[in-house]
Amino acid sequence: MTKRFSKRDVLKGAGALGLSAFAVRVAAAPAAEAVTPALIEAAKKEGKLSFYTAMDLQFAERLGKAFEAKFSGIVVRVERSGAERVFSRIGQEYSSNIHAVDVVNTADQAHCIIWKQNGWLAPYLPEEVVQHFDKRYYDPEGLHVTTRILISPIAYNTSLVKKEDAPKSFKDLLDPKWVGKLVKAHPAYSGTIMNATFEIARDLGWDYFEKLAKQNVMQVQSATDTPKRISLGERAVMVDGAGYLVIRYKEAGQPVEIIYPEEGTPLATGPSAVFKAAPNPNAARLFHNWMHSREAQQMIVDSARQYSPHGQTVEKPGVRKLADIKLMKEDPEGVHAQAEAVKKRYAEIFKV
Amino acid sequence: MTTAIPATPAPAPRKFGIDLSKPILLAFAVILCGLIVMPLSWLVVYAFTDKNGAFTVGNFDRLVSDAAYLDPLLTTFALATLSALICCVVAAPMGWLVARTDMPLRRTVRILVTASFVTPPFLGAIAWELLAAPNSGLLNQLFREITGAPADAHLLNIYSFSGLVFVISCYTFPYVFVLVANALDRTPGDLEDASAILGGKTWDTARRITIPLALPAVLAGALVAFLQAMTLFGSPAILAMPAGFHTITTKIWSLFQFPPKPELAAAASLPLLVLTVILLRAEHMVLGRRGYSVVGGKNSESRIVRLGGWRWVMLAAAMLVLMCPVFLPYFALLNASFSRVASHLVSLGNFTLQNVRFVFFELSATQGALRNTFILGTLAATAGTILALVISYVTTRQAVTGYRVLGFLATAPAAIPGIVLGVGLFFTYTRPPFVLYGTLWILLIAFVTLAMPAAYQQLQSAFRSVHPELEDASRILGATRLRALWQITAPLLRTSVIATWCFIFVGVIRELSAAIMLFTSDTKVLSVLIYDLNESGDLAAISVLGLLMLVITFSVVALANSLRGGNARRNVAVG
Repeated sequence: MTKRFSKRDVLKGAGALGLSAFAVRVAAAPAAEAVTPALIEAAKKEGKLSFYTAMDLQFAERLGKAFEAKFSGIVVRVERSGAERVFSRIGQEYSSNIHAVDVVNTADQAHCIIWKQNGWLAPYLPEEVVQHFDKRYYDPEGLHVTTRILISPIAYNTSLVKKEDAPKSFKDLLDPKWVGKLVKAHPAYSGTIMNATFEIARDLGWDYFEKLAKQNVMQVQSATDTPKRISLGERAVMVDGAGYLVIRYKEAGQPVEIIYPEEGTPLATGPSAVFKAAPNPNAARLFHNWMHSREAQQMIVDSARQYSPHGQTVEKPGVRKLADIKLMKEDPEGVHAQAEAVKKRYAEIFKV
Repeated sequence: MTTAIPATPAPAPRKFGIDLSKPILLAFAVILCGLIVMPLSWLVVYAFTDKNGAFTVGNFDRLVSDAAYLDPLLTTFALATLSALICCVVAAPMGWLVARTDMPLRRTVRILVTASFVTPPFLGAIAWELLAAPNSGLLNQLFREITGAPADAHLLNIYSFSGLVFVISCYTFPYVFVLVANALDRTPGDLEDASAILGGKTWDTARRITIPLALPAVLAGALVAFLQAMTLFGSPAILAMPAGFHTITTKIWSLFQFPPKPELAAAASLPLLVLTVILLRAEHMVLGRRGYSVVGGKNSESRIVRLGGWRWVMLAAAMLVLMCPVFLPYFALLNASFSRVASHLVSLGNFTLQNVRFVFFELSATQGALRNTFILGTLAATAGTILALVISYVTTRQAVTGYRVLGFLATAPAAIPGIVLGVGLFFTYTRPPFVLYGTLWILLIAFVTLAMPAAYQQLQSAFRSVHPELEDASRILGATRLRALWQITAPLLRTSVIATWCFIFVGVIRELSAAIMLFTSDTKVLSVLIYDLNESGDLAAISVLGLLMLVITFSVVALANSLRGGNARRNVAVG
């Protein structure tokens, strides 16, 4: 590993209490890594990588294909499912000593807490992350980086619901007129929904969900499914789900519209990490590095219609700025501590 | 694992050759134990163990005291009973129609039932979502179009208990149909002729001869249908969650999400095992005294009932039934494959090849899943047929003392939801000396084991209908048991064997519940890929993959049919 301290590292060290603290800091924080010809060559020798992700499938494959186009000879295999299932999958494989995952991108920061505790993650900080990402978007030890910022708003089908009748808040969804018209994703499958459920329960109380359950809510698994259901017209309103897909469908001409609920919009950031035991360590690092480059991050904005933590990405019109949305507060530690209780309570209330 | 299978007293040695049958039979018994006893043992161990590994019955306490576990159990029981009932009511008359009447297009009806049999239940469930989701479903749209009903009115709601019963029945009734039709095919017309000659009216003959002859098959069919419906994971996994309830299989699956609770899942699966054992005993008691050997050395063509004007009515009824598992769902899948929006009918402005392009050129999991599915299908079908053949021979001919154990072992997997077997296998084969998790082998074992009950029942009923007199004749003339099998019984069973091979192959393609526990990213199969796509609601991609799956399956079935076509006549003509 090259010993190269960025200005940021030095400042961080200088701000610390003393020389010994400085030494500890430096040992903990890895140097920022550039994409070197040697890395590319080693990655091409491996020729492949497996990318476990909770991103919506279409975009994940598009991202993989863009990487393949840029670094020909490296095949990206996308393993997509809901973040909570990705998490279970990796846990199941690792507990059986199967190390198949190279890079992961989930939608639940709590996963990284556990993987970090388990010592499964490799420290690797791409250069652009150190240069252009706010510090809250990456682990100080370089074990994980936030790749994308997700919100879980309400949305509705505009041919089924008139604009003036549309709900404005979570509370509005308890109105009897929405009985049988709501669709909702599940926290045991989706990381976005795990975080949204945690935040709503914290801010509005569990009795909100108890009342909501009486509305005869259609329950699906993934946060990427609810936008599809309202787009198909299967249900009029989605209680939660991937806001970015609503934007994409709207831009594709589908009759859907997003609502930022008055109580605040649930927030979930999606971190990525390279696994220590990755079967293709170089391809993994190259992909991880590229995924946080301006080029790929701009794809997150333009093509995935999500929010990017990269300071140099340019916003694309048609979506409300993150700063202008009243957000619920994300709490990875809280989710980490309560995930099991959340799932249990949720299953009791919604019976599934 | 060793099993004590005491040998029968050896008969007087024959003049030539050594009879290898005993060691071979023993070997198969050992294999079967590896397949079934080991995972089952782990299940039992887990069911009676707490988190720290100490003995407990607390898992069962929670099971019966907690509505979260008890409700799914009761739901599943109701579901399976209703489905089995519907299957019998629909499939038994249909089986009779194609086997014993002059209804037109009988062969076509058989082919269409085969089509519904090979359709994966989860695919059928997804297709029925496209058709009968209350708002976006094509049939409900049509209903509103015709009646002018308001936007939120619907005719059908697939996201309901009755919706799930319906979809399960759609893809379970072929089990009953095939058993009944085959039984009636094999039943010679002699007895019915005799009844007619003695002055019996058509109805009398049906009541006193045909129905009793078909009854074992109907009951066996009901049993298989019940067990299938009870252990099915695919359809409930698609429909039960949106409908807001769990079946026992989806509950068990949810128990393996993080943090996994294998001990509860094991405890939840044991009642199913016990229930099945009871059912199998009941079947034995019902059928025990009715062993008909209907294919003997002498035979005659079966007797055809003339329906007259009712022929066309019956055909219309059969086709109406087949709309549900075949025509409508296939249409929905085809439509969704080429439509921009899955719930809109394809039109000139709406037609797209994007979904096809996505599945074949963008979806990076397609190729590997196809390859794995094909390899596993071929291997499991071959290994499974051989195993089932030997075991059913042993049990029908009672060739070895302890054959009942073999028969029980071969039937037992029917009682284990695939997902639970998956977990049993997971525990068995993630530790030394057999570390198979992460390879295709563990999936192969799962598929062979899961296919065993049906394959065994099929071949066993085939064996039962071949009277041992033919084999005995061969052995009296000096052949060893294996030679008698090879030269006499094997040709007679050829059709059944090919059918069983296909049965297992399409079974593998349909299988989701064990695969979902045992796959890793390198060993993903098509069904798991479709399940993953369903989680995120990618209906168009599912439709394309589903059609691909059906094309592969039908190719195999067509191939097998052309192979056995040449022998079918000969089989009937033997004697």
